[in-house]
Amino acid sequence: MIADVYIELKEGVVDPEGEATKKALRLLGFRKVKNVSTRKVFRIEIDAKSKEEAEKEIKEMCEKLLANPVIQNYRIVWIE
Amino acid sequence: MELEEIRVAVLRIEGTNCEDETVKAFRSLGVYAEAVHLKQFYSDMIRDEEQRSLFDYHCIVFPGGFSAGDYVRAGAIFSARVKSVLKRDLEEFIREGYPILGICNGFQVLAELGALPGFDEDKPLADKPEMALGINESNRFECRPTFLKHENGGKCVFTRKIGKGKMVMFPVAHAEGRVIFPRGKEEDYLERLKENDQVVFRYVDERGNYAGYPWNPNGSIYNIAGICNVKGNVFGLMPHPERVFWRYQHPNWLENPESPGDGRAVFESVIEYLREF
Repeated sequence: MIADVYIELKEGVVDPEGEATKKALRLLGFRKVKNVSTRKVFRIEIDAKSKEEAEKEIKEMCEKLLANPVIQNYRIVWIE
Repeated sequence: MELEEIRVAVLRIEGTNCEDETVKAFRSLGVYAEAVHLKQFYSDMIRDEEQRSLFDYHCIVFPGGFSAGDYVRAGAIFSARVKSVLKRDLEEFIREGYPILGICNGFQVLAELGALPGFDEDKPLADKPEMALGINESNRFECRPTFLKHENGGKCVFTRKIGKGKMVMFPVAHAEGRVIFPRGKEEDYLERLKENDQVVFRYVDERGNYAGYPWNPNGSIYNIAGICNVKGNVFGLMPHPERVFWRYQHPNWLENPESPGDGRAVFESVIEYLREF
């Protein structure tokens, strides 16, 4: 099974990388750009008996390493 | 404890890079210090004479650098590895009152470990991180001198030789140093930190006033540069005291060439604490 794990900043947490990218895009002439935010994606291939089991394990990975709950949320998207 | 008995470990893994000057700072003051690779604590591939236990030491330092390439988040991988092999030992070490210092990337490791802000004395490592060191508000790597005001009333064992209200210059060099507390709990966290005397250093301008960027290089809440846990024996800060151990490391050193560098007092303070331990 393969899952994409999206690590995103929580609402209200400033995203300096996104802000700087927006500024640069505007400078390049993309004036319609309203907002840019960044996220990190980990593609995880995992052996598991069921999707539920895999999802439980991936949640644990997020809580133990991939996300800092103070500033980040995580979201799992199944690829296959 | 006699000066010669004191043993300090500066932990390293791939990507740490401030261990040498940190070891040198301690050795210059007459104690034994060495850089120790994390795997010396647990791997069975290590020669006998190089195997170590946390309790071989009286002080542990997480040095500056880019441990594990800052992948995932700065300090996250170093922290995960420490948790997987040393969690119980580290908690006992802290409970017994032994001092732990985290400088720059080391502060990020302590935050990820849940060791800071460290409100619970009985549970020195929280299950989940309770703070984050986010990307600098400027989105830049900030590398330059900063002024700090020492605000601790005597709890932090690493700054007891620095008077309350005194200003020092320690340089910063980081991209992720912005202190963030959980949303909606900021005021509550700040109140607890102040009440417990856990605020240690805050960024100020050249006159000693709290000021925004560039004086506060990363946009930290309440201008926080360094905090300690509720017991006072775990201390993390973004600026580098080991980089101003000698006066000649200060840009204006000629004004007072014979005096010690501002950072030396951090190392002297913890050694004095251990001598009375």
